Amino acid sequence: MHTVIVGNGVTGVTAATRLRQLQPDWKITLVSGESAYHYSRPALMYIFMGHMTYEATKPFEDRFWRDQRLDLVRDWVTGIDIEDKQLVLHRNGRLPYDRLLIATGAKSNKFGWPGQELEGVQGLYNLKDLRQLYKNAERTRNAVIVGGGLIGIELAEMLHSRHIHVTFLIREASYWCNILPMEESGMINRLIEEQGIGLIRETNLKEIVDDGLGKVEAVVTEFDDRIECQLVGLTPGVSPNTDLVRSTPIETGRGVLVDHAFRTNIPDIYAAGDCAEIVSRNGGRNLIQQVWYTGRKQGKAAGEVLAGEDTEYDPGIWFNSAKFFDLEYQTYGMILSTPQPGEQHLYWEHPSHRHAVRVVGVDGCINAFNFMGIRARHEVCERWIAERRPVEYVLDHLEEANFDPEFFVRHETEIVRSLKEQLA
Amino acid sequence: MSTTPAGTTLIDPETIAYFYDEEADGFGAPATAAEAPKNPGMMVSAGVIGLGFLALAVTLLGMPLSGAWTPFLLSFGLLSAGTIGYVWFAYKDTVPGIKHDGIMFGNTTHRGAIAWALGIALTGFYVVLYWWPEYLARAIALVEPLSLALSGQPANQWFLYGFLYTMAVVLFGFRMFMRYRHNRYHIVRTISVMFFQLVLAFILPHFLRALNEPEFYFSYFWPLKYDYLFPGTVDYLVNSPGALGSFMVFWGAVCSFIATPVLTYYYGKRWYCSWVCGCGGLAETLGDPWRHLTPKSTVSWKIERAIIYAVLLLIILTTAVLWVSSTSEGALSSISAPLQQWYGFYIGAVFAGVIGVGFYPVLGNRVWCRFGCPMAAVLGIIQRFFSRFRITTNGGQCMSCGNCTTYCEMGIDVRAYAERGENIVRSSCVGCGVCSAVCPRGVLKLENGRSHGDRYPGSDKPLGALSTAVSKGARVYGDRDGYV
Repeated sequence: MHTVIVGNGVTGVTAATRLRQLQPDWKITLVSGESAYHYSRPALMYIFMGHMTYEATKPFEDRFWRDQRLDLVRDWVTGIDIEDKQLVLHRNGRLPYDRLLIATGAKSNKFGWPGQELEGVQGLYNLKDLRQLYKNAERTRNAVIVGGGLIGIELAEMLHSRHIHVTFLIREASYWCNILPMEESGMINRLIEEQGIGLIRETNLKEIVDDGLGKVEAVVTEFDDRIECQLVGLTPGVSPNTDLVRSTPIETGRGVLVDHAFRTNIPDIYAAGDCAEIVSRNGGRNLIQQVWYTGRKQGKAAGEVLAGEDTEYDPGIWFNSAKFFDLEYQTYGMILSTPQPGEQHLYWEHPSHRHAVRVVGVDGCINAFNFMGIRARHEVCERWIAERRPVEYVLDHLEEANFDPEFFVRHETEIVRSLKEQLA
Repeated sequence: MSTTPAGTTLIDPETIAYFYDEEADGFGAPATAAEAPKNPGMMVSAGVIGLGFLALAVTLLGMPLSGAWTPFLLSFGLLSAGTIGYVWFAYKDTVPGIKHDGIMFGNTTHRGAIAWALGIALTGFYVVLYWWPEYLARAIALVEPLSLALSGQPANQWFLYGFLYTMAVVLFGFRMFMRYRHNRYHIVRTISVMFFQLVLAFILPHFLRALNEPEFYFSYFWPLKYDYLFPGTVDYLVNSPGALGSFMVFWGAVCSFIATPVLTYYYGKRWYCSWVCGCGGLAETLGDPWRHLTPKSTVSWKIERAIIYAVLLLIILTTAVLWVSSTSEGALSSISAPLQQWYGFYIGAVFAGVIGVGFYPVLGNRVWCRFGCPMAAVLGIIQRFFSRFRITTNGGQCMSCGNCTTYCEMGIDVRAYAERGENIVRSSCVGCGVCSAVCPRGVLKLENGRSHGDRYPGSDKPLGALSTAVSKGARVYGDRDGYV
């Protein structure tokens, strides 16, 4: 049995290693055009900022792949021959498979802005983008970033570390406020401005201006304000990368359509991770998950399915984390930007605006947490949510969830007092 | 069913054309990096440091040393004031947080020419200090007033060494305060190493000499300070004219055999290695800019285990042979004397000093602590199998970025554990806490748990875990097999 996995990101690699555990004798091949070995995509920013070498972003030593007998092919897959069960490779001919997992990840959105093809305009998703950024940053004194998500703020931090002045152009009234509640979002606005980064809100990009030589010279906003810049970062989110399958009979929606066992409509072809769109069982919304953790989780389940097990993907209780400059953020359970019907939101923020906690209850039971500038124990938060503990109980035991380093100032007393007042 | 031949693909031609050998060519320093602007305070401070070096050079090259304190204060005072000022002005207007921008691009921090020059200079200093101290005569004379004030005795090369060492710990300790002012764990442990170096390893030993007591370092124990349990030293201390000699022997033995296991059980090896020890103190302050240079490969880990336990066995053997020899009227003296000399030269001087500190800018700041120190070996065995200390991994929040592994000064692949949700329980961990500090996702926490038995599968049976480790020569749980 030969299993081929397209993509060596966290989903493909987790699937491969899980499959190897379950099927010690099968032949497993990973194909990637991006890099010879798997690296941690979230660490791209640390390479650019000089915190880490590229070598150090690889979670496994090179010998790992030999030891685990996982064959690596460095090539781009340009087509799938479904009838003969073969992949068409750009340089190395054809690669036959018995089972195929598509784990091609996502790609940066582009909204057809005039000038988006100019030199100096780019997104940030992969090593190719990183290389381009190295080149583009060399001639840059001023940069504009369009789109206020996680990649946008990372890109701002990256350029800022090289003393490039950054202006952040966002559609929303406040940074990432389509995801974060206003208060948390406001904390990040402050941080952005504190770093000396310009934040222009509720403003759309109109066009990117050519300097006459094919390079970017400025951007113009919808209000006809012109901002001189030599680099434009376009970071309006990502979409499933379905390029490989769109001209094949494999069904796609926004992503590659799969069931809860990652099966596409074609036998022996599976898809998982950022590129997949998991079709709802009951006619509800399909599931597209595009963070590291879901990539890893889907990859593990997909590895089991490839091995022939009856696994069905269970998304479990949502969690995520990020770091905005020096402010850490962790979330457990799902919190949307505005309170949903039936939700009670309790919120505390430290006067320094560097620590905050949001506790969300439904029918008096804990449903979700946001932590800003405070670390919280995943295991404890998840257990409380799963057990539907009363909010009152959670507040009384909040210190059990604290995961801050030793000697850090603890804020539980004020937090609990403040949240209990709101509860009453 | 249709086929999609290469020609009709929907994949962007630019993507398909992409081929860059990231393994060979990497992503190094940018060709033209904008320099961090230097503020006037930094430039003035740099000038003060320059004047300090000038004063030092003039003194060493033959300026008369009359006026006792003046040349001392002029050279070391200016150097200290300039360093403190430089650090203050460099960090005071920055936002508190991790300050690692450009570390991998820096000439000093990433094995550039400056790093090699510093390494050669430091190594050279140690070589002169150990084997040609006569060349340090004028430098020794320079610190003489301080020696006279502390102990009433003239300075020698070891006083000079102790002075410079302590100055480095204090000045670069201040740098740690500024760098980590958002993180109280680092501030508290830096205060601790500064205190132990300044008071217990510098002022007190020399003050003891003033009281006609033996020079004794209360913060160093056997087997790191190997001769404290050698029969010769014990004899000397017990028979010394001061009243404290016998207490010193008692103190040393209690610390080696009782305090060490008890404190390590409750707090892990860190109570010593990154809170008390002078070698650790220098590594955590002066050595901090080079912590990421420690090799992280499996091979380096194998070398580490081979050498550190060999050194431990060697010092146990040497001590035992010396005692047999001294109690049996010289039965083994033909091997005990050369063994003692050999250990003192190769391990005590060459390994711990010349390589251990001299190679900071090239091999990282914990070469001795990781590969050589027999005290670390003992503490490590206790920590690994019988301690409440662990670095807890926070559920599934790890995203494998590798900051923890990169900045681990002991070369532990922290990420390998964190990404699988396993606690980190490794004998080499000195508990510096930097992995936890640099983690951008809040995944790691140093903890003294409620028991030693809840740290990893099998940790409730330390002897079983120890025997498995010895027989397999590996960590007991989890051979590396990916994220799962």
